[in-house]
Amino acid sequence: MKNLLIALLLVLPTFASAGEARDLADDPVMERRMINLAEKVRCLVCQSEAVASSHSDWSNDVRQIMRDKMKAGASDQEIMDMLVERFGKSVLFDPPVDKETMPLWAAPFVMLLLGVVALFFQLRKRRESALKESALTPEAQARAANLLKEENK
Amino acid sequence: MMRRLIPLVVFLVLAGFLYVGLSLDPREVPSPLINKSAPTFNLPLLHDTKKQFSPQDMKGQVWLLNVWASWCGACKDEHPVLMELASKNIVPVLGLNYKDKREDGMAVLRKSGDPYAITLFDADGKVGFDYGVYGVPETYVIDKEGIIRYKLIGAVTPQNLRDRILPLVTELSKK
Repeated sequence: MKNLLIALLLVLPTFASAGEARDLADDPVMERRMINLAEKVRCLVCQSEAVASSHSDWSNDVRQIMRDKMKAGASDQEIMDMLVERFGKSVLFDPPVDKETMPLWAAPFVMLLLGVVALFFQLRKRRESALKESALTPEAQARAANLLKEENK
Repeated sequence: MMRRLIPLVVFLVLAGFLYVGLSLDPREVPSPLINKSAPTFNLPLLHDTKKQFSPQDMKGQVWLLNVWASWCGACKDEHPVLMELASKNIVPVLGLNYKDKREDGMAVLRKSGDPYAITLFDADGKVGFDYGVYGVPETYVIDKEGIIRYKLIGAVTPQNLRDRILPLVTELSKK
């Protein structure tokens, strides 16, 4: 009996399913267009989640507004512009490169450049010190020359 | 000696970044509406749906627009703060009852007091959406020209009222 219960419990999770947020509209083509667009929009009340996959109230609203706008004939760009106008560029997962977002986009490259420059100087210094260590003093050089001369005799 | 300090300095800079990062709330998104005209709308009043309100009615006055709902927990926290503000008669506070049931909204005001000069009823949240509302409560400071000067996301507290909102209201009222 106990084993049967455990087996049943183990089977239970297979009935659970996550999937995209609900509300399938009457128009599947438009719904797909809406979801594609909603993938690019950040859910502001969640952490790192797209409006397309979020079950939050706010995301539901945004999806409904997207549908309404699409029904009214708005282009994808117009819908995105409308969202940015209200919630700022941070609502986009892929914010445009412009004056305001430039530091964000440039930062990784600046850091890479700094790293390369630091590496360059470090390597140069290391080579110099290595050369210095191996360099012979004039006396040692004279001794080496003498030794070589003797050997060649 | 200097060379030894470099790792320490790097560590302190990183620690500084982390510290600032921890104190930032990723939910707080700077509003693009700051210093822009408050979006216009026409909404019925919560207490009398036959009457309509539009932000133009407040031209020439500095006012606060407080977005709230009966289902919102933090709104209960800020309610006494708003009640006290209202009793001082410094600045009119208008309420925007957001995505609420009319009876529920009215019940809250009946039970805990009504700090609002006027309460607007935004049943489907369309006006809230135009104002970029995504978390309730939110409070906007709107100047005499109808321009949004500040947006507070989250509850009004005695601290942010004293340090941020009221000084701004005083400054804007002088203009």
